[in-house]
Amino acid sequence: MDGLTQNTGFNGLLSALVFLPFVFALLIFVLPRNDNQVRLLAVFGGIVELVLSVFVFVVYNRGESGFQLIDRFNSWIPVDSFRIEYFLGVDGLSVPMVLLTGLLGMVAILASLGITHRVKQYFIWILILQGAVFGVFTALDFIMFFLFWELELIPMFFLISAWGTGRKDYSAMKFVIFTFLGSAFMLVGILALNVSVGTFDMTALPELVQGGIKLVIPAGAIFGLLFIGFAVKLPVWPLHTWLPDAHTDAPTAVSVLLAGVLLKMGGYGMIRVTASIMPDVMADMAWLLVTLGVINVLYGAVVTVRQTDLKRLVAFSSISHMGYVLIGLSAIASKGVDAASVGLTGASMQMFTHGTITGLMFLTVGMIYDRTHTRYIPDLGGLSNRIPLIGVGFLIAGLASLGLPGTSGFAAEILVFLGAFSVWPWLTGLAVFGVVITAGYILWMAQRTLFGPMNNRWEKLTDATKLELIPIGMLIVVILLFGIYPALLTDLFKMGVEPIVAAVTSSPEILNR
Amino acid sequence: MTPQDIYLLSPEISLAGLALTIVILDVFIKNRLLVQSTIGIGLLVPVIFSILLWNGIGIETSLDSNTQTFGVFNTLVVDKFTLLFKFMFLGILSIVIMSSMSYVHRFERTKIEYFSLLIFSTVGMMLLSSTRELVTIYIALELTALPMAALIAISGNKLSSEAGIKFLILSAISSALLLYGMVWVYGLTGTTDVAEIFLSIEEMSRQNGSVSMIAFGNYGLLLGVIFIIAGFGFKISSVPFHMWVPDVYEGAPTPITAFLSVASKAAGFAVILRVFYGSFSSDVLSIEWSMLFAIMAVLSMVIGNFVAIAQKNIKRLLAYSTIAHAGYIMMGLTVVSGRMEGVALEGPSSVVFYLIGYAATNLAAFVAVIAVSNKTGSDLIEDFSGIAKRSPIIAICLAVALISLTGIPPTVGFMAKLNVFNSALNGGLWWLVLAGTISSVVSAYYYLRIIKVMYLSDPLENAPIKLDPLTGIALMVTVSAVVVFGLYPTPVIKAAHIAVEFLLI
Repeated sequence: MDGLTQNTGFNGLLSALVFLPFVFALLIFVLPRNDNQVRLLAVFGGIVELVLSVFVFVVYNRGESGFQLIDRFNSWIPVDSFRIEYFLGVDGLSVPMVLLTGLLGMVAILASLGITHRVKQYFIWILILQGAVFGVFTALDFIMFFLFWELELIPMFFLISAWGTGRKDYSAMKFVIFTFLGSAFMLVGILALNVSVGTFDMTALPELVQGGIKLVIPAGAIFGLLFIGFAVKLPVWPLHTWLPDAHTDAPTAVSVLLAGVLLKMGGYGMIRVTASIMPDVMADMAWLLVTLGVINVLYGAVVTVRQTDLKRLVAFSSISHMGYVLIGLSAIASKGVDAASVGLTGASMQMFTHGTITGLMFLTVGMIYDRTHTRYIPDLGGLSNRIPLIGVGFLIAGLASLGLPGTSGFAAEILVFLGAFSVWPWLTGLAVFGVVITAGYILWMAQRTLFGPMNNRWEKLTDATKLELIPIGMLIVVILLFGIYPALLTDLFKMGVEPIVAAVTSSPEILNR
Repeated sequence: MTPQDIYLLSPEISLAGLALTIVILDVFIKNRLLVQSTIGIGLLVPVIFSILLWNGIGIETSLDSNTQTFGVFNTLVVDKFTLLFKFMFLGILSIVIMSSMSYVHRFERTKIEYFSLLIFSTVGMMLLSSTRELVTIYIALELTALPMAALIAISGNKLSSEAGIKFLILSAISSALLLYGMVWVYGLTGTTDVAEIFLSIEEMSRQNGSVSMIAFGNYGLLLGVIFIIAGFGFKISSVPFHMWVPDVYEGAPTPITAFLSVASKAAGFAVILRVFYGSFSSDVLSIEWSMLFAIMAVLSMVIGNFVAIAQKNIKRLLAYSTIAHAGYIMMGLTVVSGRMEGVALEGPSSVVFYLIGYAATNLAAFVAVIAVSNKTGSDLIEDFSGIAKRSPIIAICLAVALISLTGIPPTVGFMAKLNVFNSALNGGLWWLVLAGTISSVVSAYYYLRIIKVMYLSDPLENAPIKLDPLTGIALMVTVSAVVVFGLYPTPVIKAAHIAVEFLLI
């Protein structure tokens, strides 16, 4: 097999993608004399990153599977038993994630142009955050992956606690402690794999671990350690409590990034790491995944209905929607190739679509908040009379969120249910009620904020400016594009999960069940 | 003493000469600049000698891998392990001296004596890293501790005197424990030579027919080992021998606290590595003491990190943090599978790497604290409010140091922890590693709190804080070491690997 020879070389595109945000952060630190120059530079950085990520999406050769655009440089830390490489690469799973990060990074920067407080620091942190997330989605060395994973903590801590609202100090610290706790477990898992197998190479690990190497601690324990790390990030009930606080108190653009891409790091990690490296353990644990997934969906949805704070409502709906990712992943226990493939593809698709949909939701909620200075739903109402354009954006996000056919949300959810149904018919059936509740809270929320009698306080509101329409428009286009023609993405995801599906369905243990 | 011995000891001798020279110079010449430049030039001499020795120039047996040179009646050894530590001590000494230059104005008379004592203490540490004989270890230990006690009390105020006395008494007690342990070992093995102790233990276990006779059958030896651990435990400030740390750290002049926290700890670990891997690394015995270190590591990490949360004084906070870090470093000591091939060296090399990384990080933190407290005259965390507005450079340096202490990339603290955790997992001690990673999470809380105060709170006053040039250089050197070795730790890791190969010879 030429897999090993493929995974070498130095293309340079991904390195540019990952490190240009840091370069732009440095430029912003050094160059500008006033805030407007900072904003200009940040927007330029965002555009460059967006173009690069679209370029990655286009350049990725769908004809051949496996990792492409490899940047590998193996003499970074070439020490025996502790060999860390510089290793970037993308496959079908990570290419859409890269696109999502580029897209939402641009949206976040555009949404932040109204920031007037410590502008320079703000954009430096946003760009570092974006670079770190690109790093997570492209790193193929486990330590590099972890390095970028941790690197995102400090920017988030500052972004929430310096530019947030409400109990921002509490929320920022809570976010850091939870994430750090998750990665504490993850790190032990990563090192246990290295100590057993002797490599941090994520492309080589699946084959080696499935080859039956003796692990220093039981495979189930390693799976658990890694899974907790990702579960905190996704977030999985009961590790989700940091999310509503962090989302509610973060500034708009940070909520967009947090919900849009940072949560996806958890789901991405579950597929890229746990499912790829130990698919058989994952299949054994699928009952847990689907149970937690259903709890996430239903618990999240029920709690969402009760929210009166617009941002908190969107935050809880994110918890609910991330449950679908878990349900999709649980299809890994399927005996058939198709169901497993469909389920995993659906889970990945759900991550992408939720990123765009929730991004749009937080964006429009942020715009509403900027104008009304309240997020308390009973105070709002009839807003569509005064701010119809923002209202339309908000409504499209809401409809996509409840899975209206024609939007990308539908494509993702139908795949998840199709994949999981053959394995877990009853539990999946339960989860479908989540969709009903979602429709309930979305429509009810739209009714109470956009329609109905208008509060006189909102007479003087002005609609979205042209600048604000750009990010709204970008996200709407993406949501509709992948809703109408989902194969653009699902083909990629399917390629990405192919090795996992192949491993899990050919494993004798599973065939014998 | 042969001329060869004098050459082998040249770094120590020249450094001791410098300490004497500046005291004598000070009697005749009252020129501050001259004394400063004497110290500066004088420090280069031992560095040059150490570089010559590292490259094996002028020694009969060249210092290639697997060759050591013994001197002074076989009590001292010069190899790359000791030389690496000597470089480290000289580096720490230079940084501490640089950051002290602006600090010593607080003392009325004892300015030169301060530097002289500091240098003498360093001489003791350098000797300590190269001893291979128990009695010499004891003498070198006293040479480091006595000047230290004087330095801690040098401020002359109540807190400082109390700290000095406390250090002196506890240091004496720990030395007594150490000596008692050494006596047991000597009594049972009949030798004080580190390498011969190992051979003697092996011999005894062979005579008894079963190796297990040593550890379980001979409680005397185990007792000796435990007393020795207690003695060294004081030096490295690990739980349960940590009671003195917060008071002494708070009372001592801040540069001395910095010196104590990194140099004293490094010296302690150097001699622990030498003695435990040299003498007590036979299979059965090492299982016993490695488990003891593992338990001490967990206690240190947990107690250090949790108690640090409640601290209001940054020096006390860093004192508890240093206790916690002693725990992380001790994790590297738990990986001994006797003298097994390969794996056995993972632990020591991660200890050495951690010590280097920790030295850079903690010095950076302390130099920043010194720079701030020179201006504000306070060590309370609340007085760090809004430092970012008053001095962006100090704030960012302290923030980088604290992030490194937490173990967040891209800093050397992350790489060091990674290395230590990795080696502890090699020994299969997953619970130890889990305790380590989780206690790091706890530490994030109090380290980040300081960063938050510096950046997000409003300053108490608006007067900018100026960095004097020497302190500035010290800060830049240490912080760039933290970042550079965080991104590219390979040279340090390789040096540590080379150094520890000499331990098992």
